[in-house]
Amino acid sequence: MSQIFHRSANALARATIFGAVFGLGVLGYGGMLLNRSGYVTGAHVAIEQPVPFSHKHHANELGIDCRYCHTTVEVSSAAGIPPTKTCMNCHSQIWADSPTLEPVRASFRTDQSIPWIKVHDLPDFVYFDHSIHVAKGIGCASCHGRVDQMNLTWQENSLQMEWCLNCHRHPEAFVRPKAEVFNMAYKLPRRAQEALGVRLVEEYDVHKEQLTNCSICHR
Amino acid sequence: MSAPARDLGPIIGPGHTFETVTDKIAAVVLSETRKGWMLGFGISFVLLTIFLQCVAVLFVRGIGIWGINIPVGWGFDIINFVWWIGIGHAGTLISAILLLFRQTWRTSINRFAEAMTLFAVACAGLYPILHLGRPWLFYWLLPYPNAMGMWPNFRSPLMWDVFAVSTYATVSALFWFVGLIPDLATLRDRSTSRVGRIIYGILAMGWRGSARHWNRYETAYLLLAGLSTPLVVSVHSVVSFDFAVGIIPGWHATIFPPYFVAGAIYAGFAMVLTLTIPLRRYYGLEDFITMRHINYMARVMLATGLVVAYGYLMEIFMAWYSGNPFESFMVKNRLTGPYSTLYAALIVTNVVIPQLLWFQRVRTNIPLLFAVAMSINVGMWLERYVIIVVSLHRDFLPSSWGMYAGTIYDYGTFIGTIGLFLTLLFLFIRLLPMISIFEMRTLLPEAKVKEKHA
Repeated sequence: MSQIFHRSANALARATIFGAVFGLGVLGYGGMLLNRSGYVTGAHVAIEQPVPFSHKHHANELGIDCRYCHTTVEVSSAAGIPPTKTCMNCHSQIWADSPTLEPVRASFRTDQSIPWIKVHDLPDFVYFDHSIHVAKGIGCASCHGRVDQMNLTWQENSLQMEWCLNCHRHPEAFVRPKAEVFNMAYKLPRRAQEALGVRLVEEYDVHKEQLTNCSICHR
Repeated sequence: MSAPARDLGPIIGPGHTFETVTDKIAAVVLSETRKGWMLGFGISFVLLTIFLQCVAVLFVRGIGIWGINIPVGWGFDIINFVWWIGIGHAGTLISAILLLFRQTWRTSINRFAEAMTLFAVACAGLYPILHLGRPWLFYWLLPYPNAMGMWPNFRSPLMWDVFAVSTYATVSALFWFVGLIPDLATLRDRSTSRVGRIIYGILAMGWRGSARHWNRYETAYLLLAGLSTPLVVSVHSVVSFDFAVGIIPGWHATIFPPYFVAGAIYAGFAMVLTLTIPLRRYYGLEDFITMRHINYMARVMLATGLVVAYGYLMEIFMAWYSGNPFESFMVKNRLTGPYSTLYAALIVTNVVIPQLLWFQRVRTNIPLLFAVAMSINVGMWLERYVIIVVSLHRDFLPSSWGMYAGTIYDYGTFIGTIGLFLTLLFLFIRLLPMISIFEMRTLLPEAKVKEKHA
């Protein structure tokens, strides 16, 4: 009876065994990376808005406080998107004829909101409250990154559950003095943060063991 | 077995040589398709399409199409899961434990029983996934580095179940495949079509039957047998933990693991008999699966059936002995409650009828034995129905009592998995040798090598 397979089939057979193990490993690891990439999470993707609003210009160069526009961040679950009137406080006087700002003026005239595109969109099954985070000393920049350095705004972090839990499991690595919450540049060396963090968690009465209860976020 | 009281007959019919054994078994695969096979496969395939339809509706509309409710949150899904996984136990018992105990009679039925195990586990494995509600997220059951930063709950028996069943499926599949390799080489060499030679050739993985091959093969097979042996006991123990760890009266009992394992072997052998009896007749394999095999299987059923009966008895005894009012209500509810007919049917089919197996005349009467095996198949299904539904429907609080009945989709899915099981089985019979050819050859008198003394 003649040979069914050529001699090279032996090498091929060995390669498939290696390939199955190695290939599956690479595929799994690749899937893991993809799932955490900006392609899936939307992180680090600058979003085109109806008006090219620059946080860098307003918050950094002009030094406007976050709360001038995001008025409810300390008292409500939502930080608040400012009404067109807030824009017009200044822009009725400066850049009042700029064609770039025409959508803002149009919105003011017609009483129709500017259709801003939401940058940080949490899933509906997650309960999130800005006020409690601000009240317990979590700075804006901890979650939103250096918004004061962004021309067009992007989402700094993945907003995946493991990212939330990273802080909920180790709040002492992130809490800061309440006076520094709106300071975008605040950063302590690691050692100092750890020492201060443990003390602040105590002081703020943060019950660390409850922070990872399911119902803290999924209500 | 030393000195049987009665002559049970040989484990292989007289007059066979190496060649006739190989011819006879390989012919089932290599000859033309028979009409009876086509008919059987066709019917099975129709049943399989029922399964596909039920699952399609399930995926679109959700598990609300089933009869489950609160308080009976587990229904046909888990009943069928446990039923199928129980049936799967005979395969490993026959292939691993009987191998280690050097029970050579297992040779005739191990290949077939292992295949049956695999297919039963496949059917069983579908149910927990289908009952998830969002079955496409089934991989959440596995511990993998997910973006949620969460592990599954390792303290939950449902989690242990995932490991138990997937390990069992993997090891059974490996064991089955390794055992097939020498026979795949036989088929490769005997196949007349080029496609057949190539496919069997790839699967045979270059087997040439050299002494070194056999040496490695025997070692690997023995190691796998050792690996599968604890699984015979562990898998159904873990399945029983799904219940025993819960606090529902009727579930929360320490007797569950041994009682479930015995029930699984009982159900497994009943299913092996249910399938081998028609098969050996249709393919004329009475010389290989002899009356002695059938007799032995009937004895195993009798022994494990008695353990199961003891389990039923102990449940009733403990309800009284514990003095726990909820436990005793549970037994009273089983015996006289709204599902009492099912409990009575369970006792008749699973305890009373199998007592016929005490008689040699019944064990050697093929139609009667087939009927007993069928009765056990039904009985074991009823057992799971009683354990799951009857325990859940009336628990501690009368205000939360309810009733349960399967819907057409429940029955459809169940019949459908039977279709899946039979479809796979028919394909197996047609494409692979259902009896281990090379192991059968070792049973022949010719294979007994006599050592020369100097």
